[in-house]
Amino acid sequence: MTAISDLDTPRDRLHAARAAHLWLALLLVVVSLASLAWGASGTSLWAALAKLARGEPLTQLEAVILWDIRAPRLALGICVGASLAVSGAVMQGLFRNPLADPGLVGVSAGAGLGAIIAIVLGAALPVWLVEITGNALVPVAAFMGGWASTMVLYRVATRGGRTSVATMLLAGIALGALAGAVSGVLVYIADDSQLRDLTFWGLGSLAGATWAKTLVAAPLIALSLGAAMTLGDGLNGLAMGEATAHHIGIPVQRMKNIAILTVAGATGAAVAVSGGIGFIGIVVPHLLRLATGPDHRTLLINSALLGASLLLVADVISRTIIAPAELPIGIVTAVLGAPVFLWILLRRRTMMEL
Amino acid sequence: MLTARNISVTLGHAQVLAHVDFTARAGQLTAIVGPNGSGKTTLLRALTGDVDYSGTVLLNGTDTQGQRPWQLAAQRAVLPQATTMAFPFTVIEVVRIGLTNGTAATHDSRAMQALRRVGLAHYANRFYQELSGGEQQRVQLARVLCQVWAPVEDGAPRWLLLDEPVASLDIGHQLEVMEIARGFARSGGGVVAVMHDLNLTALYADEVAMLAGGRLLAHGTPADVLTDATLSDAYGCALRVNTAPQAGHTFILPHAANLMTENWSAS
Ligand SMILES: Nc1ncnc2c1ncn2[C@@H]1O[C@H](COP(=O)(O)OP(=O)(O)OP(=O)(O)O)[C@@H](O)[C@H]1O
Ligand SMILES: [Mg+2]
Repeated sequence: MTAISDLDTPRDRLHAARAAHLWLALLLVVVSLASLAWGASGTSLWAALAKLARGEPLTQLEAVILWDIRAPRLALGICVGASLAVSGAVMQGLFRNPLADPGLVGVSAGAGLGAIIAIVLGAALPVWLVEITGNALVPVAAFMGGWASTMVLYRVATRGGRTSVATMLLAGIALGALAGAVSGVLVYIADDSQLRDLTFWGLGSLAGATWAKTLVAAPLIALSLGAAMTLGDGLNGLAMGEATAHHIGIPVQRMKNIAILTVAGATGAAVAVSGGIGFIGIVVPHLLRLATGPDHRTLLINSALLGASLLLVADVISRTIIAPAELPIGIVTAVLGAPVFLWILLRRRTMMEL
Repeated sequence: MLTARNISVTLGHAQVLAHVDFTARAGQLTAIVGPNGSGKTTLLRALTGDVDYSGTVLLNGTDTQGQRPWQLAAQRAVLPQATTMAFPFTVIEVVRIGLTNGTAATHDSRAMQALRRVGLAHYANRFYQELSGGEQQRVQLARVLCQVWAPVEDGAPRWLLLDEPVASLDIGHQLEVMEIARGFARSGGGVVAVMHDLNLTALYADEVAMLAGGRLLAHGTPADVLTDATLSDAYGCALRVNTAPQAGHTFILPHAANLMTENWSAS
């Protein structure tokens, strides 16, 4: 053996990854404060905070901007960013491939189709059903759409426990095109107010954030992310293939079902409230794998924290860079994310099994 | 005891295994041998429950089919013929995955011990994907050893099921790995290994099951199974067994085949 001898005790990336929980949580706090403080209007959080500290009341304008505009937007941004990043990490673990991402492989498109169907055909539903489902109709429909497309994708791209990257990406394109076509038809039959809803939604933005919206999406997202956090050991095992995962004691089928439902739930809810925001799901887990390794027990939590922070940063950029106008956040994440995606492709060209 | 009764497996339209009976005892190394495509891997996959089969598999007296994955994982570990990792895990991280099913926190040093056992302790921080095929196979062996560390637990033997554990190794590491397997058996555990190397089989196996064409051709001690007639029948070429001068172990010398070929084809 001619290998260079390393230290006898292994360098522990697991400790680093656990320490990162704390650092990333801190980062999220800082970014959250910044996101509350910065905005198109001149209202400064710092001045407001100082006022609160001195016991002076806020002006009504300050209260409205902070509490009714920026705070729900912050909460929604955290939910959406964490959802997208964790969905990416879970899908990559499930497909055993770092390029799997809900946006790229058609899950977001499926969820989007669900949302569009709910917006356009929702009017045709019986009144009592609309009353029961209320605001939840669009997120639930998006969840169903995301779930259906994840299932189809997994069936098509995975044979005998191995996933073909080529098939996965091509199936994603097909799903995306199909969803786009059906959406197009629906847009034709939509009336004016629905059309406005659709356009607004399709831009991919946190601009429409309200507490009502946040409170509808948050439970589905919390449930999905909570379930995702239990997948760490399972996804680690799955990295060696389904048979080996089973040999080390993982109930593979159940684990895969949870993973698919998780992705559908988190992506569906995120897409329903924010439209299609891409690349967070690829960039965040990839950076974390580079920094602290691929161990999913820590990767999932860190993805949630970093995903939330990154989306908030993108949101701040989107609403300040051309203020008082607002750039759709999807553009910002694409500009940040597409180069990283290409970089992964270039680096991994030999291992892609295309 | 690991007992398989009347195992038949159909994959696609082909019957790959037909009515195979197989027994392995704790404290012994049982080898499964046979030509390519004879169903060795399939038999192992039936024993681990990875493939649908008819018949019964009893692990330490309990039918494996009703058991949960983690119950099985506590009793047996499986080394596949080759394992690819999807993400850039380091060697030590791969070995630690073997601790998933147990009380990981208390046995973390076990991973290093297992690596030392396969002679790869100095590779702990290297990336698994950057190792050679043989090194990867030894890392996987360390992972498997981590999973069933104690050969006997609560009075019940634990099992190592190995699919061609030495196929990609050099001769020194072949012997090292076979020693590890035998050591596990000598301490009371059970070992089932699919083998291609008949000499190593003769040297290390306590029992041999010979498959050919999806059927069990012979099952017994190496001396009983590895005979001229059985081997020639199974592998479809002339083979002659011999005994090494000192230890008295059987060995098979392919060179001798030339001498017999004419007789063989004549008969
Ligand atoms: N998924 C499958 N579908 C159909 N036939 C299969 C499948 N897997 C294996 N077989 C067939 O079953 C037979 C036995 O295969 P198996 O892998 O058990 O052989 P083996 O004894 O392990 O061979 P080797 O020495 O080459 O590893 C072969 O003829 C093979 O072609
Ligand atoms: Mg085989």
